[in-house]
Amino acid sequence: MLDFVQQLVSGIALGCVYGLIALGFVLVYKATEVVNFAQGDLMMLGGFFAFTFIGLLGLNYWVGFAGAVICMALFGMLAERLVVRPILGYPQFSIIMATIGLGYFLRSVAGMIWGTDDFKIETPFSQGVLRIGSLVLAYDKLSVIAATIILCALLYLFFNRTTLGTAMRASSENMLAAYYMGIPVKRVVSIVWAISAAVATCAGVLLAPITFIHSNVGLVLGLKAFPAAVLGGFGSIPGAVVGGVLIGVIESMAGFYLPQGWKDVAPYIVLLAVLLLKPEGLFGLHVRKKV
Amino acid sequence: MRFLFKTDYEDDIRLFPHSGYVYSYGLLLAVLLIAPYVLSSYLMSQLVFVCIYATVGVGLMILTGFTGQASLGHAAFLAIGAYTAAYLQQFNVPFPVYFLAAGLLTGVVGALVGFPALRLQGIYLVIATISFAFIVEEIMARWESVTNGNEGMRVKAMQLLGTTVSRDGPTFYYLCLAVLVLTIVGTLNLLRSPTGRAFVAIRDSETAARSMGINVALYKVKSFAISAGITGFAGVLFAHKLSFISPEMFTLQLSIEFIIVILIGGTFSLHGAVLGAIFLVMIDPFLTYLKDDMPGVIAGAAATLGAGTERAGHIQDAVAAFASANGLKGAIYGVIIVVFVLFEPLGLYGRWLKIKLFFQLFPLYKRATFKRQKIYVKSERNR
Repeated sequence: MLDFVQQLVSGIALGCVYGLIALGFVLVYKATEVVNFAQGDLMMLGGFFAFTFIGLLGLNYWVGFAGAVICMALFGMLAERLVVRPILGYPQFSIIMATIGLGYFLRSVAGMIWGTDDFKIETPFSQGVLRIGSLVLAYDKLSVIAATIILCALLYLFFNRTTLGTAMRASSENMLAAYYMGIPVKRVVSIVWAISAAVATCAGVLLAPITFIHSNVGLVLGLKAFPAAVLGGFGSIPGAVVGGVLIGVIESMAGFYLPQGWKDVAPYIVLLAVLLLKPEGLFGLHVRKKV
Repeated sequence: MRFLFKTDYEDDIRLFPHSGYVYSYGLLLAVLLIAPYVLSSYLMSQLVFVCIYATVGVGLMILTGFTGQASLGHAAFLAIGAYTAAYLQQFNVPFPVYFLAAGLLTGVVGALVGFPALRLQGIYLVIATISFAFIVEEIMARWESVTNGNEGMRVKAMQLLGTTVSRDGPTFYYLCLAVLVLTIVGTLNLLRSPTGRAFVAIRDSETAARSMGINVALYKVKSFAISAGITGFAGVLFAHKLSFISPEMFTLQLSIEFIIVILIGGTFSLHGAVLGAIFLVMIDPFLTYLKDDMPGVIAGAAATLGAGTERAGHIQDAVAAFASANGLKGAIYGVIIVVFVLFEPLGLYGRWLKIKLFFQLFPLYKRATFKRQKIYVKSERNR
């Protein structure tokens, strides 16, 4: 029983990691209906920025964290301006390809600048564990869970309660109509990319003690976070986190109870099954087809 | 400019609309047939890869270009074809039999993937095909009694008509070329048949296709099966060319390369698949050339522009270090994809059409002919 609870908790922690990356996917999708395949690589880049500030320049953890978030928000805007804005309004598939290309580029450039080794950031959460009875929880994992909950709540409120959030939802439904209503669509898209890059950076920095940072971490985790976003229904913020947690728990349980090899495949099998039964994901809106 | 006067439907669907096509493609075929006697063995090897990639490209073009169903899982179909060949070869099954078996099996798997894909669209379809590819990759790695797991499988040289066909010899090249040409001709015939027109109708508007009485589900599954089958045939050749296969060759990276093939070539015509394959395969020798020769060339240029010998030496070292940096190939891939999506969405074949039209209409060519329409209104979510 204890094994089960331990696996469950570590699965939830892992799942929050996926959820945190999936949040970035969902944000961009929710606001612009663009699927950003480079999200994991933005996370990787954020981790490297934080590593540069904290590990190489020796800044305070929180200062370095904030610096990395700001740098990456600007970088997100730049990437949007250069890669996404010229092809807004074209079929989704070309935008997917453009972000895949962007991901390739970022991964290689990060490998060229920082090398291909694993890096580690010293954080206030790196050491220490919380003991509840005989259950052992590491602080770094708890910090990820807490950050996911906070970010998720903030973003949910942002999208549903603020004017800017409403503007973002409007421009995702119909850019032209939103533009006629006086919403500066281009600026909205730009801001959304900044926010999503910032969220990705948070994920990257929080993950640093758990997974380390290397130039391929974005690809590996991004591909796990992607099913999480789809599982939750691509446009739903709580859905991303629930999907992430589900994927994390499934992976951790499959790794513990099933023979070797199932761990990596189980999330995808579950994903395919869910897509078969409910093609719009668990929390996705069911939209009737219009002619 | 030539105007074709069509008097009946047969004129409209003719394979060669006028005699110019016969001559130009005949000439191209002749050049390809004498290529083994002219080109170096390295370039020949690359040409074989062009044929294999182009075959996959044609298969993917049927699915993505003509039926409008994106797939990022074609590496899995290639893997199934390759492994079927390698497995059957152990039991001394002759080449023609396992070649056909591989294509058939992959086609059946493709149809099975097509069924769940019926309900999915856009991004969900992409992620479903990625998941499928991951699962296949993992099966290849774990089903050790058949696939030998991560150690991979050796593929013996091909036995055809009682002789051994070396993977570097001209016979193997002719075989790959024949498969490619047959695939292209078969696909062209498919596209001018009712099935092909149904595919295109589904791509352009599923709702409109359905209201014209097209069984959308049936044709989507057909498209998946045909596309996968062609990829399976290519997989057999791929296995023979590499002579060794292991699961880590058939990753998402390879699927993305196949998509790059049709994206760079142009996603609306079979020419695109071939041009894209040439581009993708030939980028390797080109990068090698850059790595070997560019530092000297740039240093020489710097020297003639007035830099001292020592300075030129520094420049040469710097360029050499940059050119041999580890991730350069990935970065160049990334830039190429982005540049094509942004500036040349119709791909290389689109560029060729533009140049051709420029000369045909000279001096009346206008850029707007090829301008894409932006659709800000429609949300793909509600489609």
